[in-house]
Formats: sequence, C-alpha cells, structure tokens
Amino acid sequence: MLTNVSVRIRTALAVTFLAALAVLALGTGTAEANQPYPWQLGLQPSASPVKEYIGWFHNILLVIITLITVFVLALLLYTIVRFRAASNPSPSRATHNTLLEIVWTGVPVLLLVLIAIPSIDLIRVSDKPPSADFTLKVTGHQWYWKYQYPDHGDFEFDSYMIQDADLKPGQMRMLEVDNRVVVPVGASIRVVIAGSDVIHSWFVPALGLQKYAMPGRLNETWFKADKAGVFYGQCNQICGINHAYMPIAVEAVDKATFERWAAEAKKRFADGGQAPLSVAEVLALDAPRVALNVSK
Amino acid sequence: MATAHAAHDHHDHDHHDHTPTGWRRWAYSTNHKDIGTMYLVFSVFAAILGGAFSVWMRMELAHPGMQYMADGHVWNMVVTAHGLIMVFFVVMPALIGGFGNWFIPMMCGAPDMAFPRMNNISFWLMPPAFLLLLGSALIGGGAGVGWTIYPPLSAAQYHPGPAMDMAILSLHLAGASSILGAINFITTIFNMRAPGMTMHRMPLFLWAMLLTAFLLVLSLPVLAGAITMLLTDRNFGTHFFEPAGGGDPVLFLHLFWFFGHPEVYIMILPAFGIISHVVSTFSKKPIFGYLGMAYAMTAIGVVGFVVWAHHMYTVGLDVNTRIYFTAATMVIAVPTGVKIFSWIATMWGGSIEFRVPMLWAVGFIFLFTVGGVTGVVLSNAGMDIALHNTYYVVAHFHYVLSLGAVFGIFCGFYYWWPKMTGREFPESWGKLHFWATFIGVNLTFFPQHFLGLAGMPRRIPDYPDAFAGWNLVSSWGAYLAFASSMAFIVAAIWVLYNGKKVTAANPWGLPADTLEWTVPSPAPHHTFEELPDFKAPAHH
Repeated sequence: MLTNVSVRIRTALAVTFLAALAVLALGTGTAEANQPYPWQLGLQPSASPVKEYIGWFHNILLVIITLITVFVLALLLYTIVRFRAASNPSPSRATHNTLLEIVWTGVPVLLLVLIAIPSIDLIRVSDKPPSADFTLKVTGHQWYWKYQYPDHGDFEFDSYMIQDADLKPGQMRMLEVDNRVVVPVGASIRVVIAGSDVIHSWFVPALGLQKYAMPGRLNETWFKADKAGVFYGQCNQICGINHAYMPIAVEAVDKATFERWAAEAKKRFADGGQAPLSVAEVLALDAPRVALNVSK
Repeated sequence: MATAHAAHDHHDHDHHDHTPTGWRRWAYSTNHKDIGTMYLVFSVFAAILGGAFSVWMRMELAHPGMQYMADGHVWNMVVTAHGLIMVFFVVMPALIGGFGNWFIPMMCGAPDMAFPRMNNISFWLMPPAFLLLLGSALIGGGAGVGWTIYPPLSAAQYHPGPAMDMAILSLHLAGASSILGAINFITTIFNMRAPGMTMHRMPLFLWAMLLTAFLLVLSLPVLAGAITMLLTDRNFGTHFFEPAGGGDPVLFLHLFWFFGHPEVYIMILPAFGIISHVVSTFSKKPIFGYLGMAYAMTAIGVVGFVVWAHHMYTVGLDVNTRIYFTAATMVIAVPTGVKIFSWIATMWGGSIEFRVPMLWAVGFIFLFTVGGVTGVVLSNAGMDIALHNTYYVVAHFHYVLSLGAVFGIFCGFYYWWPKMTGREFPESWGKLHFWATFIGVNLTFFPQHFLGLAGMPRRIPDYPDAFAGWNLVSSWGAYLAFASSMAFIVAAIWVLYNGKKVTAANPWGLPADTLEWTVPSPAPHHTFEELPDFKAPAHH
C-alpha cells in the first residue's frame, strides 16, 4: 500500500518537475559505475528502489534550492547595481510592507509543505521492506565488518579492506575487501546491524543504505539490489585509528549463483574458517563439473 | 549626554578615569571594553591554531595516500582539535565574549556590564580551558573522537589515559565561562538599558545577544551534565553510556545534540545582529521589518531547541520520530528566510556605500543562503541516508559557520574597528582581504558538496582515488583563505600602531542610530558616566 501511495505521489510531482529532471539527468547519468568516479558532481547511480527514490527526491530538491539561491542572488545583484550610492543618492525611509512580509513568510511555508510530502513518504519507504526474503546480519568491529547469514545455515565471515600492497590490477584502493557480502539480485533483504565495540556506520551509497552500528542495540534497515554488480561504501562514523580503512563491498549476483555461493560459503566458513571466498572462486569450482558434463 | 566626552583629549581622559596600567589593567580587569579586547585577542590566537590545523588537514587531503600525518589517530586528534577550537575558542569568544562585551553595555547606554567582576572570571576561565584542550593533544595519546565526543569511542576502554579527561574538563571550563557570561548579558540587557529603550526599540544586536545568552543558559548545562556522566563512566565505574552495564550510547547522542543544535544558533545569532546593523548603516536606511527580524531570531532560538535529533537520523530512531524531526527542522527555514529577505529589503531603496563592512555583510547574506538551502536538503531524514556524515554535511555547516559566523566576525571587526582602536583600516586592504577570503572559502567548500553527494565520508585522512580531483581544488582554496587571514592579522597589527587616527564619534559619517556611535573614537575607558536619553535622537 505504501508503495502505491509513493507511486502516486511520485507521478504527480514528477510531472511538475519533469523539465528539471531532464536537465539533471545530463549531470548524473554519464557514468554507469557503482562506485565514485573522478570529478563526480552528483549522487552515485541507483541500484535499489530506495536509492532510486532518494535520487529522484534529490533532483527535485536541487531544482528548488538552485532556484531559491539564484533568486536571492538576482535580488542582491539588482539591489547592488540599482541602489548603490552613485545611482540612488537619496535613500527611502520605507521600513514596512505588510503584504511583502506575509508573502515571504507564506511562500516558503507552501514550498516546505510541498517538499514534506515526498520526504515523509521516503522515510516510510526506506524504513522497512514490504516483505523480506531473508535476513543479513552486519556487525561493525574495530576495524572490519562481520557478516552473518542466519537464513542460509547461519554462516558468518569477516570482511577486511585489501591493503594497498596486496591490491591486484583493477582493484580499487581503499574500497576493495577480501570477502564481499554476496546477495541475490531482486531479493528484499532485511539488514540487522549492530556494533560490537564502538559506533560504526554501514554506508553503501548506491544501494540507498546507511545505518549506525550501535553497541547494545539492533538496528534494522533493508535493501533490494535492482541489478547485478559490486557496490562499494565505507564506514561512515568515526571509530578510531583505522576508521578510514573498513570499506564495504556488496556483490549482487543472479539467484542461482547466490545459492551456489551460499552453499559453498557455509562449508568454507564452518567452524570459524576465514579463508576468503569470492563469487569467481565459486564459479571456478563449478567449471570442471560443467566440463565433465559436456564430455560425458 | 555622553558626547560631552568628545571635548576631552583622549590622553587626558585616561588620567581622568584612573585607567589601571600594566598587567593589572588586564589580569584584574573589570572593564567591559578591556575584557572584550582580551576575548578578541584570545580568539585571534586560537584562530591561528585552529586555522593551522585545517591547513594541515587540507594538506593531508590534497592527494590520496598518507603524506603529512603518521596515522589515522593523528588525523582524528587534529579533527577533534580543529572542531573544538573553532567552536569554543574562536567563534564564541569573538562574537559573544568580544563583540558582546564591547557593545552590549555601549548599545544599552550602560557604563559597564551588570556584574563586572564575574565578567573577569568569565574571560579568565578561557585560557586554562584552552591549555587543557591543547595539553590533551600532547599527553596520553590525545583525544581522537571528533568534536561530538561520542562514547563508546570516548569511553575509558577505547580512549584510556588522561587526554580524554582533559578534553572533557576543558569543555567544563569553557562551558562555565559561557554560562557566567550569558547570565551577565541577560542581566545587563534586561536591567541597564537607557531610559526610553524599550524591548521593541532595542538594537537588533542586543536582541541577538539576549537570545544567544538564553540559548547558552538553557543548553550548556545539558552538555555539562552529559560530559560529567562521561567523566564518571570513564573514572568512577558508572554505566550511563555503557551497554554492558545497562547504559546507552544513544542517550549521549541525545544529550549532546540537545546542546549541540542550539550551539550552532549560538554561533550564528550574534552574526545576524551585526549584519543587521551594517546593512542598515551602509544602506542609509532603518532596518526593514524590525519586529519581524527580532521575532524571527526568537523563533529560530525556540525552534532550535526541538530539532536536535536531525543529527541522528541514522542511529536507529523510530520512523515517526524521524518524521517529526524532519518537519520541525524544515520550519526553521521560514524565519531564516524572513531574515534574508528583510536584509535585502533594507538594502532596497537605500543609497548603498560599499565600504568594507558592507562587502562582508552582502557576502554573508549570499553565502548563508547557500548554506541554508543545503540545510533544507539535509533536514529530510530520507535524503539523509545518502548524505549523513558525508562531505555534503561538512560543506553545509562550513557554509553557515565558516562563511556565515566568520564573515559575521570580520564584518563586525571592520565595522567597529575605528570605534575600538581609533584607527582607520585602509579600504583597499580590507577589500583585498574580503575578495581573497571570499574566493578561498568558496573554492574550499563548494566542491565538498560534490564529494559528499558522491559518498565521501567525513573524518577520514585518506580516500578512494576517485575523490582526488575535488579534494585538490578544496585544498588550494583553503591555502588561499588561510593566507589571506594571516595577512589580515599582520595588517591589523600594523594598522593598530600606524593607521590613520580617527576621532569623530561616528567615523563612518553615516546614519548609525546605536549609542556606541555617540561616544568618542576610540571609545574612552569609561563611557556613559551620565545616563544617555534614548528618547532623544541618537545621531545628529
């Protein structure tokens, strides 16, 4: 039901701001990367419904605030030119204009009400999934993330940043991790987040995800990856000496690959095993079997 | 009326007033002008240090990788020191201690503050507070927690040693100083205004300082309580914020921001007051919508107390709580808009002289608008998922503070400089300072919006390579802004001793209707020995 409401609100407002959206699409749609790129101006491309909503909402806000700023700047520039001492030697003594004061109080109120409608809807939509397919537990540690899959045999593993010296060609400095979180495309995933020592924040911009990992409480959020790919983020709450060095990498794959990965991960990470497991490695494990099938 | 003083020669006057000399004049000072001067000088010293820290940070961030700092803890310490110094030891002492002390009594037409000796202790608590904070960086590993000092990172387990305790005690002292100062301001403004100066005829700077003082008195005790609980958690085995003992870090966040949000208005309201006077004076027009201006500030002050959790949208607040705080936060945009439009309306129809203070005031109006509209973006809890703790937030609060409050400080500095020093600041130097700073700070902070939208977290010493471009631009902006500030300090010292002397009561020669322009320049040690009558026209 919430989704219906949001769709209606979105459609209604989208018509109003269509032109603006077109302009902004030029600025944001140039790169298809799932991580920041050089000289980026806008938000990361969306890979989840919540992020899509955030991006849409931001485009509207950007138009409104740009218009306000340009309006104020234009008023200032006009005033500076028209009313400088050289062009207006005798100042007026006007100090009141009731109508004007009502207008500049009332118009911002209306504008804010207009903003509040999608804003409140976005808060509701981002809060809880319509129905979750499974749960992922995330725990922030000084200075790594622990991921747990309670609905897939309850295996868990740690995810550390890859040090600069160990980077392979093509891997991004400060963003790549040894063990990525793997999720299936299209599944609604409930994320339960906690902190084990100090406060951390699990922040994946492209998926519209951010929640503090608080010691002593379980926070909940959700996401649904709309497309396959690796989505990067970083810890976003100061947590000590290595705060900058605990990135997040979420890899979305098709459902079959995910099931295959989960089965292998359950074996690999049983009894506290920590050797990294990548999707590529799982697929490589399957390769000989595929070859065998063909030769038979 | 006080203009009778103008007949006296300045030197003669000092003898007449028994001005104390030597170190006693300053250490034992109960004179609001001397105490104001000490606050301003203190603020300049702290600004050099806080500014140097920001340059160190921008040097580190200019390129990916670690270049100028040993590790992340050094970075965290510098971030913490920069934030606390700028908030508690630069902006507050300059706007509140400095200009507040100098001009509250003078605008009231009062001979001094209501409690001159308490004024002395208010100031003299600041240097030990500052030394404690600086000492905390040198002893026991330093405090690397950010100015928000969230536990458990600030708890004994993660910050053992005396550094964190020293930082907490530093805040206690700075807080006590501010509370005492605020009590003094409130008493002075309520009781010592010249006859005829009703609340609704009081200059807007007095309104701004009165509201600031109320915000201080209501919010700082909450901070004091929170950091005292943190102190006992650290040292005496309590568990206010320790989950293992039944406590909750989120409680600290609520208490901190119950103080922290009014604190940002504490830093900007005095600047609002200064800007109003400057805009009015240099447009040769009375303030447009005086009552609207006064009550817009009142509304900002009141609403400022019920929006604190917008700093905490991602900590796990209930969905309805987030909706409330989103709505309440947006409300603040309305009185802020009233102020911006009233300033422009004051200029409208005026005969504007673009002297140096007016440049800072117009710069303030535009840059505060930019910082204000990004505040509207951030007020949305849903939007905040993508922007919380990113450089977008850093850009936003530097636009309202570094480009808002600090522009307000420079505006007041240039406006009141002849009144305080009896010297004329060369126009061309002031204009150069303004333009260099204006370009520098915009280069520094505007690209940070882009970095934040792209997802760069704040408080990291190194970043993924994609963020390199805008960071380099930002760093060059910071170098320019810092260089122009240092040049300003050198120039100000030179002008103090060698600048052209002014003696007129109102050296600007423009219609300024506040009482400080009725006494000679520089303002004599004692002013308003006879009660001025506000009912008579203040300027001639």
